[in-house]
Amino acid sequence: MAEFAAPGQQGSVVAYQERYDHFIGGEYVAPAKGAYFENPTPVTGQVFTEIARGTAEDVEKALDAAHGASRAWGRTSPAERANVLNRIADRMEENLEAIAVAECWENGKPVRETLAADIPLAIDHFRYFAGVIRAQEGGISQIDQDLVAYHFQEPLGVVGQIIPWNFPILMATWKLAPALAAGNCVVLKPAEQTPASIHVLLSFIADLLPPGVLNVVNGFGVEAGKPLASSSRIAKIAFTGETTTGRLIMQYASENIIPVTLELGGKSPNIFFEDVAATRDSFYDKALEGFTMFALNQGEVCTCPSRALIQSSIYDQFLADATERTKAVKQGNPLDTDTMIGAQASNDQLEKILSYIDIGKQEGAKLVTGGERADLGGDLSGGYYVTPTIFEGDNKMRIFQEEIFGPVVSVARFDDYDDAVKTANDTLYGLGAGVWSRDGGTAYRAGRDIQAGRVWVNNYHAYPAHAAFGGYKDSGIGRENHRMMLDHYQQTKNLLVSYSQNAQGFF
Amino acid sequence: MDRVALTQEAAELIRRLRADHGPLMFHQSGGCCDGSAPMCYPAGEFRTGGSDTHLGDLVVDDEPVPVWMSAKQFEYWRHTHLTIDVVPGRGSGFSLEAPLGVRFLIRSRLLTDEESLALNG
Repeated sequence: MAEFAAPGQQGSVVAYQERYDHFIGGEYVAPAKGAYFENPTPVTGQVFTEIARGTAEDVEKALDAAHGASRAWGRTSPAERANVLNRIADRMEENLEAIAVAECWENGKPVRETLAADIPLAIDHFRYFAGVIRAQEGGISQIDQDLVAYHFQEPLGVVGQIIPWNFPILMATWKLAPALAAGNCVVLKPAEQTPASIHVLLSFIADLLPPGVLNVVNGFGVEAGKPLASSSRIAKIAFTGETTTGRLIMQYASENIIPVTLELGGKSPNIFFEDVAATRDSFYDKALEGFTMFALNQGEVCTCPSRALIQSSIYDQFLADATERTKAVKQGNPLDTDTMIGAQASNDQLEKILSYIDIGKQEGAKLVTGGERADLGGDLSGGYYVTPTIFEGDNKMRIFQEEIFGPVVSVARFDDYDDAVKTANDTLYGLGAGVWSRDGGTAYRAGRDIQAGRVWVNNYHAYPAHAAFGGYKDSGIGRENHRMMLDHYQQTKNLLVSYSQNAQGFF
Repeated sequence: MDRVALTQEAAELIRRLRADHGPLMFHQSGGCCDGSAPMCYPAGEFRTGGSDTHLGDLVVDDEPVPVWMSAKQFEYWRHTHLTIDVVPGRGSGFSLEAPLGVRFLIRSRLLTDEESLALNG
């Protein structure tokens, strides 16, 4: 066991500044209106820095900087941009502990996770897009003997990106790496709950990017996010969040006729077929871990496997074993490397989770374990901790239908394959799903029948850069990760060239 | 008989927001991050349409504040009564109250049999 010192404390690997301005045109710029807001850590509830409260004026300034840089950046060679992304990845790797501790302190997630997952995945993401941009090819199509269609990918120009608070650096990277690789300039607004860790990242990488290529404007959604999303000066807007804001962003985008990519969450089923329990071997243990994945990142994951569907024939024993496994999840100080579940990201998130636990009980769901706020004592008493919670109930209940975004799983049984798929698809969303079976045929068919963009088969919560991620149904539009993500940040230029000397014959 | 209600604190916040932004509306969100939060906008800012259900109007000082939800989502919520409350916090999205350091929050209870009969038939 090791415990990292809190940022700014003696012996800490990282310190936050007392205040952060906007990062515009390669330098820090004070907010036009001079206002700042306080940023608390969910670990203790104490304020640790203050952040520029951006407004439309700041967004305009950032757009000026981005447009100023856009032409030159868009004309750099793929190799040059790849080199920049690789250097960013190298810097992040050299400073992994500092970034990981900063992320832990701001978001409340365990440092064990930021050290092993969030930041290494972000590093790999930059390297992945450094690779694919160099390998990307356009097309040459021979239409007829003398007519050739050339297809080029060109950057969109200046794009807006609005980042969620659950993986502040990784989600920023998912949007930034493909956008930068494709030759775009970016105006990025971090979530107001987690506005600071990206500035720690910037402190390590800012010098690697030409001024104006990446601009970060902080602030509230209504004051800074809306002017960005509704601006006629962006060529695209990318957003991760919830459905109402997603619709509003599409509405703004329709006014400017620009594309959107939206990732709006889910209510992901995790299906355990009976053959999982055929023997008590390592695979059975893996399946139990798969169930317990609902508590990863405190359940604050868009693909949280928050509906566990267990076949009736193994239901009682599997749930008993899974409950035991869940109780073994160690909750504690997020800065302790043994801690597996940390703090919810904000007080309002804590309140929302507790309100769902309340309606779950009212609807008659049976509480198996957890179901309450955890008081971890000392400084941590001011933090926002919830014990991992298991409910048994029915798929029509609201706790089965709404994304609680907390460490809460709702469990139901199914009788056969058709029943499992029907229940799995009885949801508004279709982002993630899990299928667990020793039978490849069952797993394959279920994977294809579930209406979701990402189906994990015999694993869960893996996020490699080379696997497409995104939603069916109300879960959004477009994909993140994978080479195909470049398409969301590029225009297609078709050059249709005639090599014939003869008139076309119309006139 | 109503599907939606609000607490005194929420009514106070609506008065304050109305003074700055004029007439207001709510659209109940779903999905990740700040999903499940009631989003408060200037009336008409969010375009509702045939895919939305009007849950009712909150009346604050004789002025209505309509509350909407996507019709598909409503099918999963129709058996519950919703009360809009306020908690300290910092919701995301473009909801008007976030800069004030507070957040609208939905509290739910099951409709009584009598309410269910009257509202859902």
